[in-house]
Amino acid sequence: MVEKKEYKEWPPFAPGTHLHDSDIKEKKVNYTWWEPEVQYSWSLGPAMSKFLQGLKNGIIYGIHCKRCKRVLVPPRSFCEYCYGPTEEWVELKDTGTIETFSISYIDADARRIEEPILIGVISIDGASPQHGFMHYFGEMSKDEIKIGMKVKAVWKSENEREGSITDIKYFKPLKGGAE
Amino acid sequence: MKEVAVIGGGMTLFRRRLKETGKELSYLATKMAMEDAGIQKDDIDMVVMGSAPDAFDGIHMKGENLLDGAAAAGKPYVRVFNGGGTGVFAPIAGWWHVASGVADVCLVVCEEKMGSCYPHPQTAFRHIWDPILDRPLNPNLVWLFAMEMNRYMTVHNIKKEDIARVAVKNKRNAVGHPCAQLADPNITVEDVLNSEVLAWPVQRLDISPPSDGAAALIYCSKDVVHKFTDDPIYVAGVGWNIDSTMWTNRDLYFPRYVANAAKMCYKMAGITNPRKDIDFAEPYDPFDYKELHHMEGLLLCDKGEAPILTREGVTQRDGDLPICPSGGLLGVGNPIAATMGQKVCELYWQLAGKAGKRQIPGDPRMGVGQAWGDIMQMSTVIALRRG
Repeated sequence: MVEKKEYKEWPPFAPGTHLHDSDIKEKKVNYTWWEPEVQYSWSLGPAMSKFLQGLKNGIIYGIHCKRCKRVLVPPRSFCEYCYGPTEEWVELKDTGTIETFSISYIDADARRIEEPILIGVISIDGASPQHGFMHYFGEMSKDEIKIGMKVKAVWKSENEREGSITDIKYFKPLKGGAE
Repeated sequence: MKEVAVIGGGMTLFRRRLKETGKELSYLATKMAMEDAGIQKDDIDMVVMGSAPDAFDGIHMKGENLLDGAAAAGKPYVRVFNGGGTGVFAPIAGWWHVASGVADVCLVVCEEKMGSCYPHPQTAFRHIWDPILDRPLNPNLVWLFAMEMNRYMTVHNIKKEDIARVAVKNKRNAVGHPCAQLADPNITVEDVLNSEVLAWPVQRLDISPPSDGAAALIYCSKDVVHKFTDDPIYVAGVGWNIDSTMWTNRDLYFPRYVANAAKMCYKMAGITNPRKDIDFAEPYDPFDYKELHHMEGLLLCDKGEAPILTREGVTQRDGDLPICPSGGLLGVGNPIAATMGQKVCELYWQLAGKAGKRQIPGDPRMGVGQAWGDIMQMSTVIALRRG
């Protein structure tokens, strides 16, 4: 035990020394530097392999959980809620509804971009409510995009597809149900 | 189960970049908490460290790197981590060390040094996205929150200005906090609404800044509390909960995992009517809309009601239900795990009447702190009470 320090206000002071960006840039402080070089190769597992193979063929697959009576997208090998195996693959439409979206003026590294990226979550027709994935939107302006809007996938040409989520280029407005 | 008392708290300056190493920051926060409690290293039985992703500090398994600064050399020590939830989860882990009876005195230290990731920690955030479905789209982490905020605003028809009021309140509250990074006594709703649009609806002043910093908290068992204080603050309850990582399969307008964590905590604390039984709260506010979202998740009001309470002044420091009297993450800063300083140390300082210029009026007896993390799926909740 040591003697307690009694102060009227806590924290009584703020220990630490503020560094400005210029302190680093102009080498006013001592620092050391490290750039990691690491590479990864992820195998996709049975469920995602089938899903991405489907995209390569221009098909969005869901998977049925019989116990929960849900059609899950993205598909998975087991149901996270009832914890049973998922069984039947279901071919879904390539249309859906915008659940939410953002109009982004920053890229992945927070660099500023002139032309905004339209990004959001699409629930896919034929799957259970709220079942879908994140993707880009196109052929619509930032003033037109709305939650609840019906959209349709725009695919890359067959020979460009490689079994990736980017085999869909973006989702465009689905007008009057006509294609 | 043993009753667990809080007997000390400490925190460092929060800034975008600090000169001290993570180990040194841990030492500075711990020393302050030891002075508050009136103890030294030998009096501590066990230590819990909380620190968020290794990628920020750039030191893999950084718990080992930090332990000397956390007064843990030669002691039972563990690092816990659940992303943004860590700032409240580390004190929950510290609580169970004492509640279980295995430690009489337990120190909890939380550290984050986001400034080491150069030039901006946003680069490290890229590595938390799903590698198969999300990363090929080149996402920015702000997108997640923009999408959640938009869903919340749209479902309840909430205006951006009612959300901006949270940023204004918290940055003004932070004026009384010596560690604060973004305190601003003159900020207005217009300033927030006119700030740069990053990913609509998120604008620059809707977001808390990345920071370096550390915080510390000391617990003891009720069995020995008479040695340290005559007016103890106790942990009334704890709760935590996580939802599925399949975030595109959930309706983002309401954080049901926060409600689950809150119910677990309230049951332990004997809180039957949260709005009435809780005197003030420190919900996690890395974005202004998150304070509102979390007030609803914490069952402090109905769904969609938080912006109305904020507009009516109920959540001001002198209001009926003060929210984030510390200044929160928006005003004091967001060194992820180290936000234990605002979310838990602040509850203790307020309940003990030690918060000085930030002290809420009246006689607060029950405060709730909460944190939130992983991919919009994890929440941690703690309730402290006086007497």
